[in-house]
Amino acid sequence: MPRPEIRQKLASAGLIVLFFVGWEVFCVVSGMSDLILPRPSQVFVTLVQRLPVLWPHIVQTLVTTMIGFILGVALGILLGALIGVSKTAYDTVYPLLIGFSSIPKVAVVPIFVLWFGSGTVPAVLTALAICFFPIVVNIATGLATTEPELEDVLKALGASKFDILWNVGLPRTMPFFFASLKVAITYAFVGTVLAETVASNRGIGNVMMSASSNFNVPLLFAGLFILAALGVALYVAFSLIEARVTGWATRRNDLAAAA
Amino acid sequence: MHFVMMHAPLTAIEAETAARSRAAAIAVELSAAAVTFGQGERAVAALQATELRIPDGEFVALVGPSGCGKSTILKLAAGLVRPSAGVVVVGGREVAAKALRIGMAFQNPTMLPWLTIEQNVMLPLKIVEPYRSQFRRQRKASFRDKAHALLAQVGLTGFATRYPWQLSGGMLQRANLCRALIHEPRLLLLDEPFGALDQFTREELWSILQDLWLVHRPTVLLVTHDLREAGFLANRICVMSARPGRIIDDSAVAFARPRTIAMTFEPDFVALNQRLRDLITDARRAAPAPSEA
Ligand SMILES: Nc1ncnc2c1ncn2[C@@H]1O[C@H](COP(=O)(O)OP(=O)(O)OP(=O)(O)O)[C@@H](O)[C@H]1O
Ligand SMILES: [Mg+2]
Repeated sequence: MPRPEIRQKLASAGLIVLFFVGWEVFCVVSGMSDLILPRPSQVFVTLVQRLPVLWPHIVQTLVTTMIGFILGVALGILLGALIGVSKTAYDTVYPLLIGFSSIPKVAVVPIFVLWFGSGTVPAVLTALAICFFPIVVNIATGLATTEPELEDVLKALGASKFDILWNVGLPRTMPFFFASLKVAITYAFVGTVLAETVASNRGIGNVMMSASSNFNVPLLFAGLFILAALGVALYVAFSLIEARVTGWATRRNDLAAAA
Repeated sequence: MHFVMMHAPLTAIEAETAARSRAAAIAVELSAAAVTFGQGERAVAALQATELRIPDGEFVALVGPSGCGKSTILKLAAGLVRPSAGVVVVGGREVAAKALRIGMAFQNPTMLPWLTIEQNVMLPLKIVEPYRSQFRRQRKASFRDKAHALLAQVGLTGFATRYPWQLSGGMLQRANLCRALIHEPRLLLLDEPFGALDQFTREELWSILQDLWLVHRPTVLLVTHDLREAGFLANRICVMSARPGRIIDDSAVAFARPRTIAMTFEPDFVALNQRLRDLITDARRAAPAPSEA
């Protein structure tokens, strides 16, 4: 049934267009100063004009996000597999993890800056620190939900722990894992921009910080637009991967992964 | 006894396994095997010291009140649970070392949702030797043929490449049976495999299981609450007392094979049912209050 779907998509697109039109009209009608709220058309013009200058910063932010994300995913898989497979490890490690995850991550940026100086490293570390936790939780949950009866069937066949993990545990974890990737990439992005804003001389976060202190408000908003576009693009990319890899999970609601 | 003896041609592996277990002659042996779950105050005695010897190739049904330890006996035979006291010997060896190829099926079909039905059915071949080492090589095509042949026997022709969510509960249970049989187990452990099915599907699967047993002759231990099912399928029925269970009655079932559903309404069969019913009713009445455990 494509019809309601198409109507739904048209409605979403329409709402976005309406939002910008409304914003433009509001600025024109109210005579709002550029220094407070520039018109979206102004912002787009700035965006296009300054794109050559902005481009290296976009790349910087993206690369930092990806490095932090990849490291975070690696760490998340390791920890998640550890505590998902072993009950003892779960009981031992979980309280520490909870404690760590409840620290607001802005608070760790100054520490990273103290250790590594301002620049790319603290941004990568912030992205990592902020994004690994959903991976850990989802991997651990996925591994822990194997049906005991299936495990019995396989153990009676002489399956090793690794056989069960490989044939049942890991595939079952995939939907949880990919759902968490979607969340983690968004978190990594937030972490990167956060660290760039506080302590870096490159990246979109830093561009926005200096635009703000120079009262270059259209550029500030251009940065915001770029961040929104990048954030959406990353999320969509990982959603598509998720849908391709773990399509089976969406057929059955009881297996739908928790994000 | 008047069984129709039929033997499929044996492969080398089968012949070897058969020879080994025939030398032992007893497929499963519980000697004073008792099981207690948990420790201290929270200990639950699930099984009293139990004696049970199942000769190779026999079809034994295990019936008894709920919670009496039927599944526990099955898990002892599968090596999933260790006896707290006594000894369990399977295929001539003490359990931990896998001496026999075992197939298992439970009431819940537990198909993996990301695999097709044929892939689900072939799962044991990825785990059990000698199939395991052949799995990656050319044998895969012949394994698939094997899976298809089994699926055809249970009436699932044409569903091999479907996914589990595309099948009904009864169809999944048929596939579950195939998964338990694909690696030609010498010991088949079934825990209420037809419990969740409608009467007609259940009776159809009884006949299919009987046919498969007549061809392959594995040793079967079937746990069931359905006394007609026990009478239809088994050579021998063991009745258990209430928890902590032990075997209070052990009798042969001599009806000729292949048995038919119509036979289950004949007077001899009904009398057997009635006798089993009375035994279980008494066992339930004699049950100690839960707190005395
Ligand atoms: N893992 C376990 N830990 C603790 N107690 C258990 C465990 N497994 C079984 N029991 C207990 O052992 C007793 C026997 O269990 P079992 O599953 O063998 O019964 P059953 O005869 O199969 O019952 P049913 O017919 O209802 O399936 C029950 O009282 C149950 O509570
Ligand atoms: Mg049971």
